[in-house]
Amino acid sequence: MEVLKIATAGSVDDGKSTLIGRILYDTKSLTSDKLEAIEKTSKQKGYDYLDFSLATDGLVAEREQGITIDVAHIYFSTAKKSYIIADTPGHVEYTRNMVTGASTSQAAIILIDARKGVIEQTNRHFFINNLLRVKDVVVAINKMDLVDFSEERYNEIKADFSELMGKRDYQDQNITFIPVSALKGDNVVNRSENTNWYKGQTLLEHLEDLDMAAVSNIGTPRFPVQYVIRPKTEDFHDFRGFAGKVYGGELSVGDEVVALPSQTKSKIKEIYFYDKKYQTASRRSSVTITLEDEINVSRGDMLVKVGDLPSIDKQFTATISWMDSEKLKAGNKYMVQHGVNKVLAKVDAIHHKINPDYSGIDKEVSALGMNDIAEVSFKLNKPIFFDAFKKHRTNGSFILIDTKSNSTVGAGFILAP
Amino acid sequence: MKNTSHINPLENEAIYIFREVAAQFEKPVLLFSGGKDSITLVRLAQKAFWPAKIPFPLMHIDTGHNFPETIAFRDKLVKELGVELIVRNVQDAIDQGKVKEESGKYSSRNSLQTTTLLDAIEEFKFDACIGGARRDEEKARAKERIFSVRDDFGQWDEKNQRPELFDMLNGQIELGQNVRVFPISNWTELDVWSYIEKEEIEIPSIYFAHKRKIFLRDGLIWSHSDYVYQEDNEEVLERMVRFRTVGDMSCTAAVFSDAADIASVVQEIRDSSISERGARIDDKRSEAAMEKRKQQGYF
Ligand SMILES: Nc1nc2c(ncn2[C@@H]2O[C@H](COP(=O)(O)OP(=O)(O)OP(=O)(O)O)[C@@H](O)[C@H]2O)c(=O)[nH]1
Ligand SMILES: [Mg+2]
Repeated sequence: MEVLKIATAGSVDDGKSTLIGRILYDTKSLTSDKLEAIEKTSKQKGYDYLDFSLATDGLVAEREQGITIDVAHIYFSTAKKSYIIADTPGHVEYTRNMVTGASTSQAAIILIDARKGVIEQTNRHFFINNLLRVKDVVVAINKMDLVDFSEERYNEIKADFSELMGKRDYQDQNITFIPVSALKGDNVVNRSENTNWYKGQTLLEHLEDLDMAAVSNIGTPRFPVQYVIRPKTEDFHDFRGFAGKVYGGELSVGDEVVALPSQTKSKIKEIYFYDKKYQTASRRSSVTITLEDEINVSRGDMLVKVGDLPSIDKQFTATISWMDSEKLKAGNKYMVQHGVNKVLAKVDAIHHKINPDYSGIDKEVSALGMNDIAEVSFKLNKPIFFDAFKKHRTNGSFILIDTKSNSTVGAGFILAP
Repeated sequence: MKNTSHINPLENEAIYIFREVAAQFEKPVLLFSGGKDSITLVRLAQKAFWPAKIPFPLMHIDTGHNFPETIAFRDKLVKELGVELIVRNVQDAIDQGKVKEESGKYSSRNSLQTTTLLDAIEEFKFDACIGGARRDEEKARAKERIFSVRDDFGQWDEKNQRPELFDMLNGQIELGQNVRVFPISNWTELDVWSYIEKEEIEIPSIYFAHKRKIFLRDGLIWSHSDYVYQEDNEEVLERMVRFRTVGDMSCTAAVFSDAADIASVVQEIRDSSISERGARIDDKRSEAAMEKRKQQGYF
């Protein structure tokens, strides 16, 4: 079955967790024991409605404060698709968790509180979803029950948001507006009787109709080698299989390939998925490939098709989303993890900070703090094989690891060598 | 039709995770409970490394209160795989006075496993422990990363987890830390059952409907056994039941069922309106039961 990954976005209290709880409830995905727990706690808190955010806010601290702190992954399915929704925090302080949720998603739902309209955090989250090139974005104008389901208010917000759309970098992103009430259920799964002026689809109808091929990232095939399989048993004495996941496109038996960094050529001899042989390795499948020639390939190397080489370079410029309280400064050293490849990197220069509220760029920067987004160039101690993020979502992204704390401190999207 | 490697996103993701573990860690171990999730993990690990053997051992933290069917099944599976099995017993920690056996009506050895697990991690210097936990099981689990770092005391710092972006798994740790790895994080209970059906994976017989001596308490079905405390007025009945999850006998409740084969089990899960954790007696203790156990190093 098809799996669609979706991330929510929007400011604190815009209703993200409530919306997800509502989807679960209206698709009958909440089991009776979970529903009972929600009913019980809602009653204890003295609410006269069901607080669906209780379905996803799983940490004690979250329930105490009534906010989401970390991403929760929620699952449900319909007859058509399986869904994985990342419930992300709206608080500015936890923007890194929002980036995390969006990084694996093909679609996003940005919530706006109809009373507040487009606010700074809406800009920021739209910016991040656009930066990450999430293909399909739903702008859910929420809490319509609190503005009397006013068409006028809906149109005002829509117009404000449309101004942002002119400024975005990734113009092919598909955007849909839907007036909803997460709390009451209007236009979430079921069509609302309160918004007769709205002729579009409900949120779930929209997601159900999304064409998976259209929201997938198709490009050119890249095969980063994760692990070399050498069984050394009697039956497989000389077997040397390169295990990895195929990204961007397909690879087939007989394809002429180049191994990077050695640039040695060979041909694909066999493609295994477990113990069965296949003619073609599908995009995103975890296969094991053997080659016609005995060439030296190890973890971190990459197989690509002849005539279709990525950039091979010891430096690059990227947009960085910084996620650590310790500042990033020119001259600092980090480990760059690019797919399964790790190299040491030095910050060459911070070119400028990008204000994610679309208010422009800031050239006078000496350091990056938590949640900053900036254009930065790096020098590496070894070449890596990359594409621009624009062309290849997987081969154009990386994470930064602090060599002392071992923490993941940033995410990067490569612009150019 | 073109002969392409088949594409089940969840299976491909799990295989990818297994390979990352083998490549990034020196001493990984697969925590094997004998339940359906860990059996599924074993199949995925086989797929990840074929035609080589699974490149790490299996470890069972034995509470001593297992269903005998699970143990027999475990031993048979390990023999077929040709991998090493490590067993560490909760009983030893009790005998050494490291943990105290609970007593009374709701006593269980489930939470006692933590000490034995942490001791074993230290004994063998394991740096990655692979487990079958899923995010859909429980709402604290829904917050868990795929690579989840634990400190020297096995503790989970839930408010300060490493961001996990794209497909990239950061397994860098300091000496003394270890990582819990969850390859089937994104699977639901139904995904697991459907996979078992499709792959024709053998599972212990207690997952299928069978006649068993039980008693009822708090709306749950408990096994009548020496390991489970039972009050005099709790009447023993004989009924057709099966288990949806298999842990320690004292913390696993049964469901009434006639589903005697995998197809009927899958159908039953599809139709069912109660979650699998609803049959876990250990989660009924409080709303934050799981989060608390995890902070202390529970699996
Ligand atoms: N009246 C009304 N209230 C809503 C609606 N949606 C959400 N709320 C309320 O808004 C408050 C915040 O909702 P949450 O779902 O926790 O918000 P959130 O976006 O998840 O917040 P963070 O996770 O902290 O960023 C709760 O009190 C909800 O009951 C709606 O459609 N109508
Ligand atoms: Mg929330």
